[in-house]
Amino acid sequence: MNAITFVLAGMLAAATPFLLAALGELIAERAGVLNLGIEGMMAVGAVIAFLTVHQFGTHSLGFLLAGLAGAALSLVFAWLSISLRANQVAAGLAIGILGQGLSALFGKNYESKTVSGLPKLSVPGLGELPVVGGLFTQDFVVWIALLATFAIWAALRFSKMGLVIRAVGENPAAARSLGYPVIAIRYGAVLFGGLMAGFAGAYASTVYTPLWADGMIAGRGWIALALVVFATWMTGRVFFGAVLFGAVSLAQLAAQAGGVNLNSQLLACLPYLVTIAVLGIISSNRRLLKVNGVASLGKTYIP
Amino acid sequence: MLLSRYQLVRRSSASRRVAILAPITALLVTIVLNFVLYIAMGKAPAAVFYAMLVEPVVSWSSFSEVLLKMTPLLLIAQGLAIGFRANVINIGAEGQFILGAIFAASIPVWVPQATGGWIWPAMLLLGGIGGALWAVVPAFWRVRLNASEILVTLMMSLIATQLLAYLLVGPWKDPMGFNFPQSVMFQLDATLPLIIPGTRVNVALILALVWTLGCWVYMQRSFQGYKLIVGGLAPHATAYAGFSEGRAVWISLLIGGFAAGLAGAAEVAGPIGQLQRSVASGYGYSAIIVAYLGGLNPIGILFSSLLIAILYIGGDNAMVSTELPIAAVRVFQGSLLVCYLAAITLVRYRIVRVVTTEARA
Repeated sequence: MNAITFVLAGMLAAATPFLLAALGELIAERAGVLNLGIEGMMAVGAVIAFLTVHQFGTHSLGFLLAGLAGAALSLVFAWLSISLRANQVAAGLAIGILGQGLSALFGKNYESKTVSGLPKLSVPGLGELPVVGGLFTQDFVVWIALLATFAIWAALRFSKMGLVIRAVGENPAAARSLGYPVIAIRYGAVLFGGLMAGFAGAYASTVYTPLWADGMIAGRGWIALALVVFATWMTGRVFFGAVLFGAVSLAQLAAQAGGVNLNSQLLACLPYLVTIAVLGIISSNRRLLKVNGVASLGKTYIP
Repeated sequence: MLLSRYQLVRRSSASRRVAILAPITALLVTIVLNFVLYIAMGKAPAAVFYAMLVEPVVSWSSFSEVLLKMTPLLLIAQGLAIGFRANVINIGAEGQFILGAIFAASIPVWVPQATGGWIWPAMLLLGGIGGALWAVVPAFWRVRLNASEILVTLMMSLIATQLLAYLLVGPWKDPMGFNFPQSVMFQLDATLPLIIPGTRVNVALILALVWTLGCWVYMQRSFQGYKLIVGGLAPHATAYAGFSEGRAVWISLLIGGFAAGLAGAAEVAGPIGQLQRSVASGYGYSAIIVAYLGGLNPIGILFSSLLIAILYIGGDNAMVSTELPIAAVRVFQGSLLVCYLAAITLVRYRIVRVVTTEARA
């Protein structure tokens, strides 16, 4: 298999953990809440899903429980940062560290154990094409993630709910004076973010690399946070960013497949280096950030 | 219809009494929550309690280990707190710590036969410079490119971990080390002098205490420290007053990076004595907890670093005596910060029960 075929076939699966987590964070940030605990929520989702699939062999149950675990952790974050008005940065970091600790604790006896992944479903006709066929042969969750991307794009753009979420993020005081329950909407957005982070973790540990290793999320939650900035809070760009990072994180495997011998530590750094580079490029365009940014992001709302 | 609900009402001034009670209450609640978890895991709570919270402080030999653990936490957290107060959120101390360790190790790795009293001070200085250099990237990115230092410092930490791994399996691997990923053992002059006979406590503890005093003077007594704090509280006001935000970012990140690098140097030249993977054991992340838990105040951080160091040693004890997984320490630290953040709400707010008649349009 040559490198291009390989990357085309694998990049959507590699992108899925980034995509799911970043879509959830996108909604939370659109409502004005910066959740830095994503990495920890993914780690908890990953371990819960892995234990469930290892025990019962059912991926759907694994995803469900992982999503609920992510949401439960995000509920604590919401309580701290929204109800108790704690600093969002500190609260997010606290929840992130707690989540990573819980993940290591629960997964302790499962180090290096494996579970079976998910079968791939092919789009009839397209899946058999040469070179690009792999792109149309993906597991069920990838297809769902693509649908979710579309649904979130449409919801933010066209639905009343999307409009209200954006209004709450832009100007919570004005949204409140129009009669919208700012606190409840922010809670909902944060819980959705936690749910998606849980799913993202579940995908990472039970489908993409169905093997348990402590610290397996390896910064993907942080990259998801960066993706939301790269995308300047737009759904479509979140998708393209996630696919780009999926492709970048395949570089190590692709290089081996292509017979290129590069230093493995350098390749492992590639997603982090790309994150730093892209962050610099996008953020230096202050106008772009100002036009698309969320005005109340990170600020505590006091009714 | 009468409605009753609870509401947060801002205090006219922060309550000093609650400010002292809040961390204590948070600690008690955290202990209760975590011990419920240990019981659920089938551990005997009394045995865990003794091993974790009592044993580290009752014997001099284990308390000296607490002091040893406290040193890097104190150094790093004081540096981070300066940044946090200036609203510069450096969460990459782990990477700056690793670079400090690498820079310091360069002397014994490259000139293993060198002798002289200059070596360990030079290693500490180099370590500090290494940590500060690693913080130059996020500082430049934030000041010139407007990029979030939160994300860039974290990415730099992940890169530092890989850099350490590369050095230890590649160019810096001890040729006589049976293929273990570690450097040569440092020569005697490349290790820190011990200060308390019979223990592993070294000069770095004195440095950390002097550093604490320095941070206290800088933040509470100097004009520049005052500018940093005000800049963190009200960036627009300070910009009008002619204080530069960029300067605050540079100062915060360079101080934070230097302190973390110094701590990394002290770790390899102190208790470890060689460069190895276990250097990166999460002090940089725990120091974030230490900084917040100490209320970002130099004196408070002195106490919080002692507490977190006790938990580290206690966690090791509990692992040996009750087979409590070491990850439980991370859970304890994380939940402690959660409880603390909840508790300090009451420093700024009072909870008031409001009874209103229903009045809905």
